[in-house]
Amino acid sequence: MLSVSVTRRLGSFTLAAAFTAPTPGVTALFGRSGSGKTTLVNIIAGLLAPDEGEVQLADTVLTDTRRHIAVPAQQRHIGYVFQDARLFPHLTIAGNLRYGLKRAARRPQFIGFEEVVALLGLGALLERRPHRLSGGERQRVALGRALLSQPRLLLLDEPLAALDAARREEVLPYLVALRDRLSVPMVYVSHQFEEVLRLATWIVLLESGQVLAHGPVNEISLRPELRRIVGPELVGSVLEGLVTRVDASGGTVDLVIGTGTGTLKVSLREVPVGARVRVQLLARDIILATQPAQGLSVRNALAGTVRDIAPDEDESVLVRIDVGGAMVLARITQAARQALRLEPGDAVWALVKAVSTRGHAFQLPAAAAGLRGRPESPSHSPW
Amino acid sequence: MTASPSSAELDALLLSLDVAARSVAFTLPLAVLAAWLLTRARFPGRTLLDAFVHLPLVLPPVAVGYVLLLLFGVRGPIGGWLRAHFGIQLAFTTAGAALATAVMTFPLMVRAIRLSLENVDRGLEAAATTLGAGPLDRFATITLPLMLPGILAGAVTAFSAGLGEFGAVITFASNVPGVTRTLPLALYTAMQSPGGETLALRLAVLSFALGLSGLLVAEFLVRRVRRMLGR
Repeated sequence: MLSVSVTRRLGSFTLAAAFTAPTPGVTALFGRSGSGKTTLVNIIAGLLAPDEGEVQLADTVLTDTRRHIAVPAQQRHIGYVFQDARLFPHLTIAGNLRYGLKRAARRPQFIGFEEVVALLGLGALLERRPHRLSGGERQRVALGRALLSQPRLLLLDEPLAALDAARREEVLPYLVALRDRLSVPMVYVSHQFEEVLRLATWIVLLESGQVLAHGPVNEISLRPELRRIVGPELVGSVLEGLVTRVDASGGTVDLVIGTGTGTLKVSLREVPVGARVRVQLLARDIILATQPAQGLSVRNALAGTVRDIAPDEDESVLVRIDVGGAMVLARITQAARQALRLEPGDAVWALVKAVSTRGHAFQLPAAAAGLRGRPESPSHSPW
Repeated sequence: MTASPSSAELDALLLSLDVAARSVAFTLPLAVLAAWLLTRARFPGRTLLDAFVHLPLVLPPVAVGYVLLLLFGVRGPIGGWLRAHFGIQLAFTTAGAALATAVMTFPLMVRAIRLSLENVDRGLEAAATTLGAGPLDRFATITLPLMLPGILAGAVTAFSAGLGEFGAVITFASNVPGVTRTLPLALYTAMQSPGGETLALRLAVLSFALGLSGLLVAEFLVRRVRRMLGR
């Protein structure tokens, strides 16, 4: 368990954040730029002292201003992957990787040099200098360097933000592999919901230095506060389910959600039966019917009950539907709601196109471990 | 004149190299410390220290030599103490010439080193901290190597300038052939001697060549190290 409760003033900005997150797992600090994410991770790392508060990791108190405890950053054993990699320019890649390893020599080691090199595909880079590497390669080295310092917690401060989309895909699979293979807890700072969905098991929503909400991803996806950060377009519930059937020719899988009453067809390839998968159903993509629909191309009709109806932007409302314990959010217009005479307690069918869910499917840690091989080594680009 | 012109030249050249090398060896660690204090440390009197370090740049070198003579002379407070306890005499010796040169070239060295320290990315030091490096470890393995271009540039520049230090040396260490008569002092002496024009010209050319090659070497080294650091 990571527990943080701190305040810190920086000029006119005040961070006053408190949250707890389970470990191991990936906790996403999610918020727009300027919300205090980096300040918060710097406090956890010990690079910045809070004005007041505590930071505790498992049973170790790292900071407690009231008891005058402030473990120096170099003794915290907390790995940090910075947005700009910060590789040491005067050392080779191997020298960079070994920097933290050497200094962790007297502590028990959970991962070795060869293992990290293999896991992150760094074999071809070892003798090179940092300035000869591409942005994606640099971040992988930074990741390996942090891992080799045998951290009890790994902080990742927007490690993909400085990369373009292609480079991002060069690094993301490695982060997924890390999460699934190692039990190092991670704190992942991001303002990209896509990344959060793919990696995180826990979300801390930050806005203007305050924690708006924190909890498991599917719970947070239903919170109205999330929209303030992701915008109305990306509002949608996150569902987690089990793959029960793979239709290889159609490129879809059947996903059982909730207590097992709902089955969802999702566009997703290369996922085996038995895998746990995360899907985001965008509220704007969902159609509601008060009767079982027929003769439609829509592949999914989830039977459920209206839980509540909340006003949304402009002329629309957000309808929360309980599908066997799993929650689905649908955005419909006020006019549609009146035409359907929709009230809480009504039986409805939520219609979702299988293709709507493409790109929002994410494998979950528990099942992914060991099921898939090492991520494919991305080709090393010349720049 | 007893020595042949060529041996006077050689003596002066070797002595200048000796004096400049000693002065650099002596000032280098102090210059790194001063640069660090002036860049990173926050303490009362920092501005005063800054001014003090730079003082030799604006003072007449003769005045610096005179102050050294007052302090380090045989009857001076420091010079007397050194002589009484260690039997060391600085005034009118090669070591004294090196001390005068060191004081005069110190600001040059501090400036170059300070500039390179200011350019060291603090983020890299923070990264080293998270990897388990304490302050001294960090300084030795990250900060110092990254300052290397400035340290090299400072050392070579101070060495080149040290070859030609005149005023402070002649005031504090006098003009003793083979002991404190460095290149510029030999040049000055030759100019003052009847029939010394040829020697003076040769010494002037030699000084010019030394200074130029010093600057070129500094530039070359800095470029090499920068390339090594990927900049």
